[in-house]
Amino acid sequence: MASDVFVARLNSGAPGRRGFLNWLLGAWAAGVAGSILYPVIRYLIPPEIPEASTQSVNAGKASALALNSGRIVPFGSVPAILVRTAAGDYRAFSATCTHLACTVQYRPDLEHIWCACHNGHYDLTGRNIAGPPPRPLEAYQVNVANDELIVSKKP
Amino acid sequence: MTSYQLRAWLGERVPVADIVEALRRKRVPEHRYSIWYYFGGMTLFFFIVQVFTGGLLLLYYRPSAGEAYESVQFIMTRVPFGWLIRSIHAWSANVMVATALAHLFSALFLHAYRRPREITWVSGAFLLLLILAFGFTGYLLPWNELSFFATRVGTDMAGTVPGVGHFIVRFMRGGRDVTGATLTRLFGVHVAILPAIATALLGLHLFLVQRHGMSVPPSVWEESRRTGRATASIPFLPDFALRDLFAWTVGLALLAGLAAFYPWELGVKADPFASAPAGIRPEWYFLWAFQTLKYVPASVFGVNGELLVVAALGIGAALMVVLPFVVPDRPHARRVLVWFAAAVLAYMALLTFLALRAQGGGPTP
Repeated sequence: MASDVFVARLNSGAPGRRGFLNWLLGAWAAGVAGSILYPVIRYLIPPEIPEASTQSVNAGKASALALNSGRIVPFGSVPAILVRTAAGDYRAFSATCTHLACTVQYRPDLEHIWCACHNGHYDLTGRNIAGPPPRPLEAYQVNVANDELIVSKKP
Repeated sequence: MTSYQLRAWLGERVPVADIVEALRRKRVPEHRYSIWYYFGGMTLFFFIVQVFTGGLLLLYYRPSAGEAYESVQFIMTRVPFGWLIRSIHAWSANVMVATALAHLFSALFLHAYRRPREITWVSGAFLLLLILAFGFTGYLLPWNELSFFATRVGTDMAGTVPGVGHFIVRFMRGGRDVTGATLTRLFGVHVAILPAIATALLGLHLFLVQRHGMSVPPSVWEESRRTGRATASIPFLPDFALRDLFAWTVGLALLAGLAAFYPWELGVKADPFASAPAGIRPEWYFLWAFQTLKYVPASVFGVNGELLVVAALGIGAALMVVLPFVVPDRPHARRVLVWFAAAVLAYMALLTFLALRAQGGGPTP
């Protein structure tokens, strides 16, 4: 039996030789595992897609927004909330709740902004006033030109 | 070839007889808690239903933001019995969570996690987490308003983890926001990656259950030691197997009844530029966590409230997995565990009740 002889030689051989062979075997296994795992892990992480950052959007007709009401408008790829207060002022904020990223809404009965997911409340300056939200909503600038509402990031 | 010859031919090649013989010898303890032995089998039954109905749904479902909602609508309204298949898939998922939870808590209260069943417990705990992951990933697939926001909230929670949070969120969503990329990603996880892992773990779990047999609760064991009578048992074949099959039939009837009388709703198509609707809430088994998120303020003693909840959930899940290794096998430790688990159950039940009661618009501040 050639293999028995080989095993016996291996076992009786200097520990250094067996250790070396084991190390070689380990290195081979690590190499194979690494060459499979590395590309797979890289594949699983989605590539970063650069987005044109939106500075300002046209949010429609000013006269179409009734007193004490709000509406969601796309601000690039994210939603923004446009509010016309009971006093007639226009306000705009990021509509993404700072708690867990639901989209907020304007509550005419409360006259402020509310998130339905976990009962978060924001006043008309975007400040978090009740519930779990940890930060205020980012405020945008609203300009009215020829009855067109222009929502833009604050400089 | 007669059937005898066929069996002989097959028996020589596939050792069926050995397996049947082992099952014939197998016995199941019979005592006042025996009813709890059936919940693992029930969970297995619902898992089989999920694999079967899930495979059928795949024939018509289209995993893209533009087509997902419409394809589920097509299944529900145009495909013969499509409503039945989808409703059974959705209901079975829900009932499976219930039976898996019952199975977990019964194994805990009957102390079945003890030596030598630690690995059986650990594989079962991971299977429960997998079931919840199945629920979370499958929930988004119809691409409706509820599932859209549930996925936004669920993935955003990971963002509170210090350091790697934002990376995890991007990893789960397949991008910065919940988009069609998220749908495709969760679809792949739901129908390929999770089933592969679940099948392997389930194989291990079932193998270990066969290997160790059913655990006899310490109280029953103690009783039989005191009275000097061995614990009663019934043969697995045919007694226990027939009872199991009867339970499965009841499970099937339950699913058929639920699907027929309460067909699963499809809701409104997801719109990334719409507000979260009032009264939005997750599936019942996440309600207690959802209600906790509502109560915990933005910051508790200077620590981010969301982070506290996420950390508590993580620690809870970790404790569940390693339970057999942290609870010493002594009567006192077992009693402490029972009270602790009862308190956890009571907390979950209370918050679920509060969440159910607070339907609709939610209170004003």
